[in-house]
Amino acid sequence: MMTLDILYFAWLRERVGEPREVVETNVETVADLVAELVAKDERYALAFADMSSLRVAIDQELTDFTASLKGAREVAFFPPMTGG
Amino acid sequence: MDIRVQEEPFHFGTEAQAFSDAQDGAGAIVTFTGLVRDLPGTPLDVMEIEHYPGMTERALAKIAQDASKQWELSGSLIIHRFGAMRPGDQIMMVATASKHRKDAFEAAEFLMDFLKSRAPFWKREITADNTSWVESKPEDEDALSRWDHIQ
Repeated sequence: MMTLDILYFAWLRERVGEPREVVETNVETVADLVAELVAKDERYALAFADMSSLRVAIDQELTDFTASLKGAREVAFFPPMTGG
Repeated sequence: MDIRVQEEPFHFGTEAQAFSDAQDGAGAIVTFTGLVRDLPGTPLDVMEIEHYPGMTERALAKIAQDASKQWELSGSLIIHRFGAMRPGDQIMMVATASKHRKDAFEAAEFLMDFLKSRAPFWKREITADNTSWVESKPEDEDALSRWDHIQ
């Protein structure tokens, strides 16, 4: 089992209903983690309905949904960024 | 390289002058400032910017480092605000200094292109009628491809 801090930003945070949570999991990849969340509660299903419009960072580095969670401590999900 | 992520306003003139004063041997300085634009139709009351503390600073530092590798810069500055702003307020600024203007201009454009879609900021527009998250534009992502040759 590993313990992950999961963070949500912008409209994803609103749909999930909280900015941060701690999850215990055995999954291998980001996509597996999303599947596990989606199976847990309908609000995740709503939040992750269109994965193509989402971004993910592991330990504050942008990555993709196929990335391994090995050694990860913090996983953040968010919509495309709109800085500048 | 100076990276600042802050809620409070900055004074563009003071920052630009201080940046210029700090340069040694530069022949050109380029600055860019982004302002909160009003909306067509219903006026914008507030623009709110959310960010990812920690990752924001790292992402901006990475972008500035990438620029320093590609262009001969004697200095670079990025200031980006978060929190609530009103139309006309300054959101962010970048400044680049180099011996030559071409490097300074190109590096400033590079910083802008990347911080728009690679730094974790999200804008939300609040009007009297509505609150909505600003959507990223396909052209923002396309803008990055013109720098493919240096990645």
